[in-house]
Amino acid sequence: MQLTVLVLILALLTVIGFQMGRSRAAGSVGGRIVELHSVPSYHGFYVALWAGLPALLLFVLWNASEGWLVMQMTLAGLPDRLTQVNEQALNLLRADILNLAHGISTGRDSDPAVIAAAEQYARLRAIGSWSLLVIGTCVAMGGLLYARRQISPDLRARNRVERAVNIALVVCSLVAILTTVGIVLSLLFEAVRFFTVVSPIDFLFGLHWSPQTAIRADQVGSSGSFGAVPLFAGTMLITVIAMLVAVPVGLMAAIFMSEYANPNLRTWLKPILEILAGIPTVVYGFFAALTMAPFVRGVGQSLGLGVSSESALAAGIVMGVMIIPFVSSLSDDVINAVPQSLRDGSYGLGATKSETVRLVVLPAALPGIVAAIMLAVSRAIGETMIVVMAAGLTANLTANPLDAVTTVTTQIATLLVGDQEFDSPKTLSAFGLGLVLFVVTLTLNMVALRVVQKYREKYD
Amino acid sequence: MSVAASKSRYQSEEFAARLRRRYAAEQRFKLAGMLAVTLASIMLVVLLGSIVSKGYTAFLQTKMRLEVTIDPALAQERNYMAMLRQALYAQVPEITDRASRRSLNELLSSGAPYELEAMVSKNPSLIGTKQTVWVRADDEVDQFAKGAISRDVPESERRLNDIKIKAIDTLTAQGAISTGFNTTLFTAGDSREPEQAGIWGAIVGSFLTLVVTMLLSVPIGVAAAVYLEEFAPKNRWTDLIEVNINNLAAVPSIIFGLLGLAVFLGFFGLPRSAPVVGGLVMALMTLPVIIIASRVALKSVPPSIREAALGIGASPLQTVTHHVLPLALPGILTGTIIGMSRALGETAPLLMIGMVAFIVDIPGGFTDSATVLPVQIFMWADSPERAFTERTSAAIMVLLGFLILMNGLAVFLRKKFERRW
Repeated sequence: MQLTVLVLILALLTVIGFQMGRSRAAGSVGGRIVELHSVPSYHGFYVALWAGLPALLLFVLWNASEGWLVMQMTLAGLPDRLTQVNEQALNLLRADILNLAHGISTGRDSDPAVIAAAEQYARLRAIGSWSLLVIGTCVAMGGLLYARRQISPDLRARNRVERAVNIALVVCSLVAILTTVGIVLSLLFEAVRFFTVVSPIDFLFGLHWSPQTAIRADQVGSSGSFGAVPLFAGTMLITVIAMLVAVPVGLMAAIFMSEYANPNLRTWLKPILEILAGIPTVVYGFFAALTMAPFVRGVGQSLGLGVSSESALAAGIVMGVMIIPFVSSLSDDVINAVPQSLRDGSYGLGATKSETVRLVVLPAALPGIVAAIMLAVSRAIGETMIVVMAAGLTANLTANPLDAVTTVTTQIATLLVGDQEFDSPKTLSAFGLGLVLFVVTLTLNMVALRVVQKYREKYD
Repeated sequence: MSVAASKSRYQSEEFAARLRRRYAAEQRFKLAGMLAVTLASIMLVVLLGSIVSKGYTAFLQTKMRLEVTIDPALAQERNYMAMLRQALYAQVPEITDRASRRSLNELLSSGAPYELEAMVSKNPSLIGTKQTVWVRADDEVDQFAKGAISRDVPESERRLNDIKIKAIDTLTAQGAISTGFNTTLFTAGDSREPEQAGIWGAIVGSFLTLVVTMLLSVPIGVAAAVYLEEFAPKNRWTDLIEVNINNLAAVPSIIFGLLGLAVFLGFFGLPRSAPVVGGLVMALMTLPVIIIASRVALKSVPPSIREAALGIGASPLQTVTHHVLPLALPGILTGTIIGMSRALGETAPLLMIGMVAFIVDIPGGFTDSATVLPVQIFMWADSPERAFTERTSAAIMVLLGFLILMNGLAVFLRKKFERRW
């Protein structure tokens, strides 16, 4: 409630600040705007910034730290017998206090001291949000009045506003770096915790994957072993099948569209590939599981082959179809980048169209095509929904495309969906797999970019 | 002499054979290309065809007409199921024994009493009267009426036993079974019972998630693009940012889910299954798309515009905000819509942050538990009932409809506002 009120007050003060700044600037020169350094609206923006920004910063900092601070204050008030315990018990205590403070029963009889602490916590939070409301309003008012006093014909309001905007732009462009850092740190942090339990050697080279760990110590049959080779092999198998579908079809489609199809036909073909590219992966997954897998199984049975109902072949074919437009649009770009003069030269020597394509255009476009294929491989490795829905869950170390295999992404998804404790090696292993996935796809992308840069033929 | 020799060389048998071979190779090559595009088109047709043929029936729902006496005593106990059952027994008088009546009970949807209860509580004067009501039939009746369950199959292998089929025949003869538009599909949340399950909850969840995504990724993305394209000095830092953006665009989406799980849920303690977290993750994921599209749009504005603005005394920032940005806006908008449509279809990262939960209620805010349309499709696809397969396909059609709408809008905007300088 206080939050909404504060946001509304801030918005109101910002608008008032803008109006006030603008009219005061115009008033300070008696309406002869020419005498101002900056036009009045910049004075308005200047005052509005002073009214809004400091209060907003305070608001963000306060919200980030309030819960932690209040918890520390609450814990400090508790008797030592409750707080002088190990980290886990302390976490439990914190969770209990939070739950009780939000009126959620902990499901067991709580220590009266804990209940009192929860009340204390709720009281402090209430005081906190009220004081934030008051302090926030004061800061905004203070900023507004400070900026308003500064307004004079010589105030370089535009330059100051522009500097603020510039800083905001830089911060926005840093979000991309922050995201990467966040990905790397979160993967590394959890993966390191995983590797303290399971050695990286066992993880990367172990041949047996069964992540079910024992919940009770005396439980039978779920020792938990984390050898990821079967997952890597399964991922490779499905990726290879997908590439066998996507590369020939995508490449030939790109060649046909750029070299053979007349513009009329192209206006029909391009949208078809674009639609294929725009279909969500969950739809492909549904198609793979409910249409392609039974079809492959039926064909296999009619040929007398035993096909698993979650065969790698079905998932791979559908994934290949998904990647066709990716390969074809990237190849289309590089093929079109080959200069016409090379083709004309080839035709001039009497080569046919296919000879020109095979012997002149493709070699010239090769680095780009190789890069496109590498990007497609990275796409296939990272694709999740098709394999989650259509590939199996059992880790088979096999090269038979008719068998069910599991992949890295399938395992990540199944390990982390549903109830889980954040500390078990089972959950953490998903982050280990995620780290491998991230490193592999990143390497493929980097190498693809390098290939393009290094081996690109420069024609002009 | 030499002319004759060359003539003979290029008109020799070997030459003709070679030429034929080369032309044949040419034909084969062209055929392979045609085959490739045909194959891609066929796959698209098969994909869409299989979904439409599986799913169009889900837009229809079978209902039963019952002559219900709204008994005051039962209404007091809120036992509306008993009223419906009595009405059903009265309409199928030939079935009398207990065991068969139990089968008969299963023809009614377990949601049917709530429909009746809602009707009565809206109009209490109905109590004590006899009313003709249309209530939802169970999904098996629905499947039978749509012809998905055949009566030629032996009873032991059929989902509906002979008693039920007999009852359905009796009701059909009375005109008490009819199939109409399935409004439940578009108004209800998820349910374990197919005939009560709808996608409205998922649509609202998708909408809330997309709102968060858009509010975050569009301003940040456009600002980053403006900075990199218009203001950034060429140095190692901006190179690093650019490499970063290009790499982020190629990071598998599930990795963003791991990021969301570890950072937003684990570190910041945001609620699980909430659209706000989903929106945050999606925003990070679509950010590179929007930045790249916006940069292309900004780049296509000719430098003469900037020079003219600077020449009459505009500051660099004024040049961008007053002239370059408005001219680049259609392109930015198109890129944004395409980024949003990609976010709308994305599933994998949302599985990681717990949006794959069974949620019956329609989410009312950004922190309520919610699911989104693609995740709903994923969850329904796992359900064994045929009625759910049908609804999955229908949900896919709705999702594809939204995507087509968004992409159509993008194409329209591009066509309408595209400028060539």
